[in-house]
Amino acid sequence: MSDADLRTAVLQALASVAPEMDEAELDPKTSFREQLDIDSMDFLNFVIALHDSLAVDIPEADYPRMTSLDGAIAYLAERLKAAA
Amino acid sequence: MESGVLVEWLKRAGDPVERGDVIAVVETQKGAIEIEVFQRGTVETLMAQPGDKVRVGATIAMIRSPGEAPSAAPVAAPVPAAAPRFVPPPVTPSIAPPAARPAPLPGAVRGSPAARRRAAELNLDLSTLRGSGPDGAITLADVERAARAAPVSARPPAAPAPAPAPRASAPPLAQTMRDVIGAAMARSKREIPHYYLSTTVDLEPALRWLEATNRERPVPERLLPGLLFLKAVALALRKFQDFSGFWADGKFQPSPAVHLGVAVALKQGGLIAPAIHDADQMSLSALMAAFRDLVRRARTGGLRSSELSDPTITVTSLGEQSVETVMPVIYPPQVAIVGFGMVVERPWVIDGAVVPRHLVTASLAADHRVTDGHQGARFLAAVAALLQEPDKL
Repeated sequence: MSDADLRTAVLQALASVAPEMDEAELDPKTSFREQLDIDSMDFLNFVIALHDSLAVDIPEADYPRMTSLDGAIAYLAERLKAAA
Repeated sequence: MESGVLVEWLKRAGDPVERGDVIAVVETQKGAIEIEVFQRGTVETLMAQPGDKVRVGATIAMIRSPGEAPSAAPVAAPVPAAAPRFVPPPVTPSIAPPAARPAPLPGAVRGSPAARRRAAELNLDLSTLRGSGPDGAITLADVERAARAAPVSARPPAAPAPAPAPRASAPPLAQTMRDVIGAAMARSKREIPHYYLSTTVDLEPALRWLEATNRERPVPERLLPGLLFLKAVALALRKFQDFSGFWADGKFQPSPAVHLGVAVALKQGGLIAPAIHDADQMSLSALMAAFRDLVRRARTGGLRSSELSDPTITVTSLGEQSVETVMPVIYPPQVAIVGFGMVVERPWVIDGAVVPRHLVTASLAADHRVTDGHQGARFLAAVAALLQEPDKL
C-alpha cells in the first residue's frame, strides 16, 4: 500500500472521530490529539477505524507512535510491511 | 429546558408499543432526543404534528394499555434532567442484563444536534443528505456542503444580493446548551449545600492490569482507564446507596438501580451527562460497549429520553491531557458527583522508598442534606480500594 493510500486511510479514520477537522490546517508533524481535541475515547475509535479499514492489529504499546499524521503513516507502513 | 420541537413520529396510531420503544424524536436544547414509551400498549392518538413546539411534560400521545377501554394514559413529552422519572423498584432484584437496544428504526435519520439545527435554518431535509459521520450520521460539515452545493447555480453571479428576508433565527446551539447548563448549575449552587472531598489513588495496579488485558483483546474490545473509574464507582454505590438517587419533594429518594451519568464533552462546546443504565450489573466488556455507544450518540445525536432523565449519580473524567483535580458541581436533582483528574506520574512512597508511580486524584461533591463528610470519605475510599483490585471489577 502506498503512502498516499495510507494517508487517505489515516485521514478518513481521523475524520470519523473529528468530523469538523480541516485537513489543510492540520500540522502533520505534531500531535493531532491537541490540534483536534482528541480524547482517549476518540483515539480508541481512531485505532478501531484503522484496524477495520487496513486489517492491521495495533498493539496499545505502539499508540504513542500514532499521535501525529506523519507518525501514524510511517508506523502503519512499517507494520503492514512486517505483516506482508 | 421548557420545550422542544417534534421532529418526527416513529409510530402511528394503532401501532403496538413495548416499554422502551422509541415513539418520537424531539429536537431540544440538548440535541435531538429519542422519546421512549414507558409502558406496553397500543398507540391510540398522536396529539402533536411534526414541527409543533411541545412543552416539557405536555401530553403528546395517548397509549392504551392492553385490555383497557379506549382513551387513557397520556405519554408525556421529554423531561430530561428536570424531574426524575421514578420507576418503582421491582420486588425481586433484577439480575437480567439490560435489554439490547432496539435496532434503529428505518426512517430515523442520524444527525448531530448542530447539523439538525443548521439544516432546519437552511430548510434542508436531513433525510436527503449523505452523512460522513459514524454510521452515516450527518455532520455539520455535510449540511454546510449541501447548502453550498444547492444555491450556487440558482444565484445570478452579478446581480446585487437581495436583502435577506427577515427570519426569526434560532440562537446557536452552543448558546442554548450553555443556557441549559447555566440554569442547572445555578440551581445546584443555589439549592445544594455541597461538600467536597478528594483523595490520591495509586493507579499502578489498575494500569498494569489494563495493559495485560488489552494485550489479549482485539482492538475493538480494548478497555480505557476511564472505564475502570465508572465500574469502581458503580460497584461502590451498591454499598453506599445514599449517593445514588434524587432530591425530590423535600427529601432524598434513593435509587436501588445504579444509572451512571457519564459527562461527555461535546465537540461544538458544552457537555451532556446521559446515563448508562444498571452500570453496576454489567461486565467490563459490556460496560465498555455501552460507554462507547453512549459517547458516540451523545456526539452524533440519538440519545434517549430515559438516558437524560434518570442518571442517579454522575461521573466526570477530565481525561489524560488536562488537569489533576476537578471539584465537580452536582447535577440536580442528583445528590453526588464523582470526578477523576488526569493520570500523572509522581513520586510516591511504598515500603519506605520513593518510587515513580501513576496516580489519579478522585474527588467527590455530595449533598449535605443527604450525607456528610464521614460517609463521603468512606464512599470515596471504597472507590479507591476497588481500583486496587482491578481483576475484581
